[in-house]
Amino acid sequence: MIEFDGVTKRFGSRDVLRGVSLRVERGQVLGLIGPNGAGKTTLIKLLLRLSHATGGDIRVNGQSIAGTDSYRASIGYMPQIARFPDNLTGADLFTMLRDLRASNVAMDRGLIDRLQLGDQMDKPLRVLSGGTRQKINALLALQFSPTLLVLDEPTAGLDPLSSATLKDEILARRSEGATVLITSHIMSELEELCDDVAFLLDGVARFVGPIGALRSITSQGSLERAIASLMIREVA
Amino acid sequence: MSTHATVGKIVRSQARDVLRSRWILVYTAFFLVLTEGVLRFSGSDAMAILSLATATLMIIPLATLILSTIYVYNAREFTELLLAQPIARGELYAGLYLGLALPTVGGFLVGVAAPFVVRGVPTAGGALATLLAVGAALTFAFTAIAFCIALRAEDRLRGVAVALGVWLLVAVVYDGMVLTAVALLSDYPIERPLLALMFANPVDLGRVLLLLKLDASALMGYTGAVFERFIAGSRGVLLASAALAFWIAVPATIGARLFRRKDF
Repeated sequence: MIEFDGVTKRFGSRDVLRGVSLRVERGQVLGLIGPNGAGKTTLIKLLLRLSHATGGDIRVNGQSIAGTDSYRASIGYMPQIARFPDNLTGADLFTMLRDLRASNVAMDRGLIDRLQLGDQMDKPLRVLSGGTRQKINALLALQFSPTLLVLDEPTAGLDPLSSATLKDEILARRSEGATVLITSHIMSELEELCDDVAFLLDGVARFVGPIGALRSITSQGSLERAIASLMIREVA
Repeated sequence: MSTHATVGKIVRSQARDVLRSRWILVYTAFFLVLTEGVLRFSGSDAMAILSLATATLMIIPLATLILSTIYVYNAREFTELLLAQPIARGELYAGLYLGLALPTVGGFLVGVAAPFVVRGVPTAGGALATLLAVGAALTFAFTAIAFCIALRAEDRLRGVAVALGVWLLVAVVYDGMVLTAVALLSDYPIERPLLALMFANPVDLGRVLLLLKLDASALMGYTGAVFERFIAGSRGVLLASAALAFWIAVPATIGARLFRRKDF
């Protein structure tokens, strides 16, 4: 379970988040949506303590994350940009993260096969394509049986097959009870994966609720149009 | 899991990446070729070490500052991935710093020592050891400074420009400043202020240490000559070494602080 409680973040004189309160229950998938620069990635970075919140509190499974590091053992994080050290291989990365997490899980061969990474794990990352690196990014996030998945535009740059595999994987983890926080600009994907969506604009959550409700508020058929209509309304 | 174990794991994988990269090979090869060449063309080991010292004092700060700054920028996304693991920031910083500095020091040590070693026992063993120690210390100091620059400046182009500026300052502009001060203030007793100025520059400290050992005070530059007049012998070596250690500890501590507070 993830709770954001009145979270604010200020960079210099710029208020990126202005009091965001959200709740993602166990076994629930929350989609973060909103235009570029709305604060989606910032919110995720605060959850991981990659950035420090200016105000408010974030709780993971009921415990405030302020000043702690161990809570990240339960998180699988897939960053937006998959850039890794040039000269390491996927297998090196896996071993490194496993060592750092003091985990003894074996590499998930089934997942590697499903993502078609079988012959890519022993090549230096610099020779791999952007899509393949993104798949390794996904693999690393899913490897250590996370109960919390934090995915920042997970399918960006993936081919349709890998994209479908990843989505299946996310849904499977949800049915096993994982809590998922996901950002995406691809509305069909959010409709497929999310229980609820939170619409961020200018650092505030303007709408939180099921996709159906968002559609009926804006009286637009598709999520894409519903969001566009919300954005126009807010700007006007 | 203990702190040391975590730091060790980060150092190992970081060093693995660095050791497989092309620039570390070029860096090591550069010192190999330079040392081999100097040994062939100079009459004695002592002379060779003197030539090497001059080059080392210029090249190490330049190469370490630029290569490390770029490396830290390139590792930005990977650093974020590591920060998302259940480890403390202080440990991660120590691991990343040592994982970069240790292979760089290794490249320098191998490049300079190997040509001496294949020739048997060097006649100027003490001087060679000093050269290796000063080079290693400068690498640690300037890698730490590079971390500070890359952590402080968001824009990588600006960061590299600052790194280049720092090098110009410590390796080029500084000497000019000292000489100008000496020329302008020659009527005043400026030895002590000049001595203080020497402690403000790790390159100058390295130079003084080397030249005290090589007994070539004529080549020591102005602050070196002053230094020898005031504090000669082992006390001077001790003092300059302590100051150089300070130049590693302070930037490394500032870097750790910047790393702990940074918003990635």
